[in-house]
Amino acid sequence: MNAPMLSRREFGKAAGALVLAFSLCPETVLGQAPALPGSLANNRMLDAWLRINADGSATILAGKVELGQGILTAFSQIAAEELDLPLTRIKIMSGDTARTPDEGHTSGSQSIEFGGLAIRLACAEARSLLIEQAAKRFNTTADKLTVADGVISASDGKKVGYGELASELDLHRQVTAKVAPKSPDKHKIIGTSAPRLDIPAKVTGGQAYVQDMRLPGMLHGRIVRPLRYGAKLESVDEVKAKALPGVVAVVRDGSFLGVVAEREEQAIKARHVLNETAKWSGGIDLPEPAKLFEHLETSRAQTTVVSEKKGDVPANVRVFEAAYTKPYMAHASIGPSCAVAEFKDGTMTVWTHSQGVFPLKRDIVKALKMDPASVRCIHAEGSGCYGHNGADDVALDAALLARVTQGRPVRLQWMRDDEFAWEPYGAAMLVRAKAALSADGRIVDWNYDVWSNTHSTRPNAPEGANNLLASWYLSEPRHPGAPTNIPQPAGGSDRNAVPLYDFPNQRIINHLVIDMPLRVSALRTLGAYHNVFASESFIDELAIAANADPVAFRLAHLKDPRARAVIEAAAKKAGWKPGEKGDGTKGRGVAFAKYKNLSAYVAVVVELEVDRQSGRIKVPRVVAATDSGQIINPDGLTNQIEGGIIQSTSWTLHEAVRFDRNGITSRDWSTYPILTMPEVPNGEVELIDRPSEKSLGSGEASQGPTVAAIANAFANATGKRLRDLPFDAARVKAALA
Amino acid sequence: MSITIKVNGVDRSVPAEPDTPLLYVLRNDLALNGAKFGCGAAQCGACTVLVGGRAVRSCITEVGSIGNDEVTTIEGLGTIEKPHPLQKAFMGEQAAQCGYCINGMIMSAKELLDRTPHPTEEDVRQGLAQNFCRCGTHGRIIRAVLRAANGAGRT
Repeated sequence: MNAPMLSRREFGKAAGALVLAFSLCPETVLGQAPALPGSLANNRMLDAWLRINADGSATILAGKVELGQGILTAFSQIAAEELDLPLTRIKIMSGDTARTPDEGHTSGSQSIEFGGLAIRLACAEARSLLIEQAAKRFNTTADKLTVADGVISASDGKKVGYGELASELDLHRQVTAKVAPKSPDKHKIIGTSAPRLDIPAKVTGGQAYVQDMRLPGMLHGRIVRPLRYGAKLESVDEVKAKALPGVVAVVRDGSFLGVVAEREEQAIKARHVLNETAKWSGGIDLPEPAKLFEHLETSRAQTTVVSEKKGDVPANVRVFEAAYTKPYMAHASIGPSCAVAEFKDGTMTVWTHSQGVFPLKRDIVKALKMDPASVRCIHAEGSGCYGHNGADDVALDAALLARVTQGRPVRLQWMRDDEFAWEPYGAAMLVRAKAALSADGRIVDWNYDVWSNTHSTRPNAPEGANNLLASWYLSEPRHPGAPTNIPQPAGGSDRNAVPLYDFPNQRIINHLVIDMPLRVSALRTLGAYHNVFASESFIDELAIAANADPVAFRLAHLKDPRARAVIEAAAKKAGWKPGEKGDGTKGRGVAFAKYKNLSAYVAVVVELEVDRQSGRIKVPRVVAATDSGQIINPDGLTNQIEGGIIQSTSWTLHEAVRFDRNGITSRDWSTYPILTMPEVPNGEVELIDRPSEKSLGSGEASQGPTVAAIANAFANATGKRLRDLPFDAARVKAALA
Repeated sequence: MSITIKVNGVDRSVPAEPDTPLLYVLRNDLALNGAKFGCGAAQCGACTVLVGGRAVRSCITEVGSIGNDEVTTIEGLGTIEKPHPLQKAFMGEQAAQCGYCINGMIMSAKELLDRTPHPTEEDVRQGLAQNFCRCGTHGRIIRAVLRAANGAGRT
């Protein structure tokens, strides 16, 4: 696992032999199979999940992939624990359409909950089968045998290793999921901070990313795109570009334009020439940036009631209203998206850092009009993506270029402006909230409307549509799938729009805005970042109106004991003093959410300073408490929570995609600034371990509480409320003027 | 066209035009993975290497401008088996998520520690102000650099 990418020979070896393992079993086809938990539901064969090797090691096959969140280390811990193997004898392969289970996308903080659960149950079952096999061999019963480090021992001293048993045991059988995993008190590897398997290579220049792949005969590609969305390529000087040193091919298909060269810098020079000589026409006008939220509120929308609760509203209530906005935000990966594609002997192989190699493959197959059996997508890590960035698009781009290179593989990395201008952004959002406060200071009515485009336009579009960028520009253009909203309880734009607080009356409305002038898709947390910002800010406004301490006010409306526990833990760790007032420049704020109302509980306390002259906000300290149920790897969990806090601070203080009527104007780091090292808060994270509870997804759990705690700390410091993101210097100065 | 440069102590002759960014020579001609393409405009720091002991952005440094100055990349600092104190400290602090920025962090920190062997936390923050991280691993990166400086990363 320390070398995450296999040699091509190893890739090839596995391809043909394993196809059988993924054919659906007959019961599933007939719809009679019992429901299985987690990702086992759609991947029901035991050998789809693991192999026992002759050397006594085990190979785990995961559909979820490494995005820098440490998931493969956590999976290895789970497998080692259940198999009674040391971590060093677990190998792991992930995200390969020819050999691993199809677990859809690695997204939504679901990998431990779904993929981890599948691996846990599959490994527990495999261990039990190995013990039964040993019992047969020793002519005894399973309960007389013990296991340690992959060796099964009988009381009379006989021993046999997993490797020896492997050839006798056929794991090509259906998972029953009936073998109970180990009870938490027996855990030796789960719950420990095992070091990440991928970090040594990443800090020593090892081969760690798809960007680092070098295949024999590999060429380099670049893509040329217009300034305006949807523009048509009228003409381009292909002859001039082809005459440049090293240029192998200029690829033009409709308005899709790319170039392939022997050397990377030659491809970049050719891209420049094509850019300069390309004539584009048409394309769509974008909304007036200053009127973005009017545009959102008045555009065509599908309106649905997300949640409704009706009870008595007492007389003598005070009613409050507020509106909160969030701009488009970019994933802004440090490394632009990259893919390597090879078209050889009729087979297209694409190495990709997509979050979902199977869904990506389906859209590539449609775009290239190929037989699904002739397209293979293999995951190789990329720069962190934080959702649906350019990873999938560059994979199709590379495949389109590789079609003309006579079997020579093409490595294509987008340039910085390709990534900023063409990635799908996290959608702009508007929330209008209205609540009633009773005379005794309780929220008795809560109304909440959210307007937003969809938060997922990932690949695997419905038949006839295609969600990959290049497909829309081909001479036979495809069109993107119609926007949809992920249904509750997880929700998409309405994710975390339903409060976890106990209000007697509530009405939550989602307005899914249909027209999408700017390209949008999943950015880490989907709608939750903004919904937690809006609702936890509004709660704070109501607490102030009720003359109540924000911590006490939340607890007074909250029954869930685990929610209460994280708020209390964060307040205690931060040294929260009830009723403490800010001094005009310094203050503190609290916020809480249970991500998706399904995953980890996180409460955050922020200490904030504002320079009233410059309008600059500084966040020196952030304290968080997290309950993620059973913790697989405490340091890995802490790293995710810390990362979410810092990323959210960056979104909150700095980030907005800039555009004008003609197109996107955020094209580099100076036009899309992010948080820098001197501004980064010191984070302190307290973990509440609940070994007997199921693990809860945590990779996106701290972002929402962080933005709201910053807003609340600003209000505590200054008495002024910021309701429009980001809280940049101009906004702060305007609020304080 | 061929140019000779000294990289990690060894003279290397590469078939590149003089205006080729050093980054592509390191990555594609010399198969060194460490320096990463991030922006091509010296804004993000992912491509940082040392030239003559100074941290430079290899994405805008022409290979023809290197002359006799020695190029040091992260591969030249140490290996998994024999890591440099900074590399060891980054492993010790688990100071990476995706890790794409880490090359630049370590190479910028190398220059910082060569100049300021005992930096304060503020020195580290300022020294890495032009290196961007997107995963939010900054706190661990700062701790790793301080750990290396304090000798905790040394064996």
